[in-house]
Amino acid sequence: MVQATKNFFIAWLSIFKGGPKYYLWLAFLACLMGVGVYAYIGQAEHGLIMTAMRDQVSWGFYISNFTFLVGVAAAAVLLVIPAYVHNHQPIKKIVLFGELMAITAIIMCILFIMTDLGQPLRVWHILPPPIGMMHWPTSLLAWDVLVLNGYFILNVIIAFYVMYKYAHGEHYEMKSVIGFLIYLSIPAAISIHTVTAFLYNAAFSRPFWSASILAPRFIASALCSGPALMLLVFQVLRKVTDVEIEDKAIFRVATLITYAMAVNLFFLLAEVFGSFYPGTAESVNIHYLFFGIDGQTNLVKYIWTAVACNVTAFVLILNPKTREKFATLNFALVLMIVGIYLEKGMGLVIPGFTPDVLGEIYQYTPTATELLVSLGVWATGAMIYTFLVKFAIPIHTGKLRFASGEHAVTAKRAVIDDVTSEKA
Amino acid sequence: MGKKLLAIIALLLLPLSLAYADEHSNKLTLMKGVPAQKFIMPRPPIDKGLWPCSQCHKGMPPGPKRKLTMMHQDIVLKHMPGGWCYDCHNPNNRDTLKLFTGESVSFDQSYLVCGQCHGFIFQEWKHGLHGKRVGMWNGVKTYYQCINCHWPHEPHFKPIVPWPAPIKPADIKYGN
Amino acid sequence: MKKTKDERRALKVNRRTLLKGTLAAAAATMLPLNRADASFSDFWESFFQKHFREMTEAEKEKVVARLEKEYEEKYKIAIKVGIEPAMPGVLFGYGLDLSRCIGCRTCEYACVAENNQSIDPQIHWIQVLRFKKEDPKFPDFEHAEKYYNAALAPQPGYFYMPIQCQQCENPACTRACPTQATWKEPDGIVTIDYNWCIGCRYCMAACPYGARHFNWGEPHRAPQDINPNTHYLGNRPRYRGVVEKCTFCIQRSRKGKYTACVEACPVGARKFGNLLDPNSEIRYMIANKRVFRLKEDLNTSPKFFYFFDFGGTR
Repeated sequence: MVQATKNFFIAWLSIFKGGPKYYLWLAFLACLMGVGVYAYIGQAEHGLIMTAMRDQVSWGFYISNFTFLVGVAAAAVLLVIPAYVHNHQPIKKIVLFGELMAITAIIMCILFIMTDLGQPLRVWHILPPPIGMMHWPTSLLAWDVLVLNGYFILNVIIAFYVMYKYAHGEHYEMKSVIGFLIYLSIPAAISIHTVTAFLYNAAFSRPFWSASILAPRFIASALCSGPALMLLVFQVLRKVTDVEIEDKAIFRVATLITYAMAVNLFFLLAEVFGSFYPGTAESVNIHYLFFGIDGQTNLVKYIWTAVACNVTAFVLILNPKTREKFATLNFALVLMIVGIYLEKGMGLVIPGFTPDVLGEIYQYTPTATELLVSLGVWATGAMIYTFLVKFAIPIHTGKLRFASGEHAVTAKRAVIDDVTSEKA
Repeated sequence: MGKKLLAIIALLLLPLSLAYADEHSNKLTLMKGVPAQKFIMPRPPIDKGLWPCSQCHKGMPPGPKRKLTMMHQDIVLKHMPGGWCYDCHNPNNRDTLKLFTGESVSFDQSYLVCGQCHGFIFQEWKHGLHGKRVGMWNGVKTYYQCINCHWPHEPHFKPIVPWPAPIKPADIKYGN
Repeated sequence: MKKTKDERRALKVNRRTLLKGTLAAAAATMLPLNRADASFSDFWESFFQKHFREMTEAEKEKVVARLEKEYEEKYKIAIKVGIEPAMPGVLFGYGLDLSRCIGCRTCEYACVAENNQSIDPQIHWIQVLRFKKEDPKFPDFEHAEKYYNAALAPQPGYFYMPIQCQQCENPACTRACPTQATWKEPDGIVTIDYNWCIGCRYCMAACPYGARHFNWGEPHRAPQDINPNTHYLGNRPRYRGVVEKCTFCIQRSRKGKYTACVEACPVGARKFGNLLDPNSEIRYMIANKRVFRLKEDLNTSPKFFYFFDFGGTR
């Protein structure tokens, strides 16, 4: 155990190994983080009045980003299922990087929640008794805290246990506790985005969020944007590191995204029809979103951009010719990320509040503070992911192996096994 | 000389106006079986200099014509078309009002006069629904009388200047 | 292995102390402790202040004494913080006569004067909506106007609807709160512990009446304008980053007084009383008027009743 802990810290040393480009990248991220911290200090000093949020639109850009990132975190499931359930080898080899991204995304989610709180130092009040006064099971926010943390812990355990095994030249056993945890991470991934959707559903005073299709739509869109982000990152990874990621894995995930996008667009259509056609008082928010009311149209541009992006991306990714060509695939992936980012953010959180419950239209547009703080959180996420990946790569490629005594032989064999299975 | 005279008149009037207290209490039976509730009423908005009426009207017989004369020429009656002074004011005792039955009623109980026609509103006022009351929700209340809001000669509620609109959310900014 | 009760308690205490230590260290690094007047022990006490409902009477009094000291240091005037509990046998209800309201906003500003809302940034607990008479769209809130200005009120052709916390029997906001910082008191008033609220604003998303307001910035109010008669759950000075709302003037109503808005209304459109008292004016109203409640379909069951009286002279 002591040795393992020592090894753990030794493995972390690899985050310092890198060329000038690596350090330049870190410096760039640090600059962005500095900007974010600077903006956050302003907000901490004067309060959330530095944001554009007001009583009428009481959640804004931070919660939008949070919602999007819950989707990214949940999207790891699109790698976990083929890797572990179907034992699809090319994906099994990259699933670790998906899990690391889930870990990163959840840290970013928590950061976005913290930046959104009016009294961040009191956040411990949300813990269960005897420390805090967690309002469980009544409050959906309490549920969200539970499932997000649960999913976070699951992924940390899985990813680091798997890496520990690799680093010691061993293989993990699916028929053990870790296998159970891996299977558990699948419903857990679904649960985090479901509960986040229920969070909105539960605010029943906002008819825009009271759609029973919201949770399925959240999952469908998460399974587009999350893996899309992962595929782009994986391509960067295999370019700048010695991680081998097969085209097969990427195209397989792209196929899965295609299904998800089809379902997502179908759900969107179902929701738009169900909300529009009756033309009741409850249609007013979606009307505002898509067309504006009385010349007040600040959300119209976001939602139509989102729709255009998603439809174009779907056409590109549906056609095998464009899907299996990296230029068009990547273009589609970028469109998809932009589309879903807008749809889940400005197109979901804000229209729930506009018009507000008393019919008032306050046209929310994030302030510089909000944009910079969010940029800072994204840079922090990128930094964390960089470190996690840097930590994982030598273990993943087999360059780092702690073989001790009796395990030495098996360890060597395990490395060889890995290499042969990669070739197969 | 004129000032002195005024001062003397004022001094003479002082005990009279003091007799007319700012607030006085009264008892009101709301429902049968429920004991009468004590309540306070603010002073009716009558100019103290004009009160009591008998200071001028003493020994003055009721005018034979339906015409507003002397001090009362500014009165505009926008109430009870066809009505006149002695529908409500008691010609025999100027310091009181009178009901249609001929019974005299003190000015403190002017609501009884109003209640003759506006029976339903009178009922609601007694129950605290029409009109304003301040004080204790579970104790002694101050009832505003009909004439505190509805001047009997022109009972229509006079519009008032509203308070300014709240600040729009877009205009709430740091350092404003 | 079974642990005895005492052992378990000791464990709990240890956990709590451990957390306290960690958090305090974090807080010390995160907080600019430049307030020389506030001693560190006061800061410690306030940071680890318990939830109001978890406090014993003695603890409540200690907290109130500390708050009064804090307020005096900050505003240089003596502020009394009351902790009067709900009266037994009382459930507060409210009535508003829409055919009388003239839209003068007197109640709105009387509320601000009584309840110590921030002047800058502006917070108003009462919002008066103006509707056009004969508009077929009523009660479509999208056609209401909150920011009307007029030389005189009422303006011909309009009617008005003041909206504040509806003190729901089945409140959506208290269900939403993840920390139980807001709850319904036995007398029906929905209250907030301003020292427990974390400012997540989920209650604001949940409230169907726009009744909850957030301190987006540091609340500002001139000391001479502060109403020193306050209640812990009501109008005591608030902090930046917490939610606040109408409490039926808890500092007044729990002493038997009418709320400030009732007393301010120049047309007597506002009614207040005990729903459990069959002789109260509020019960008379419910029995004899055609009352309605806002958004009844949401099953929040407000204790705030609107009614259109018959007649009216407008």
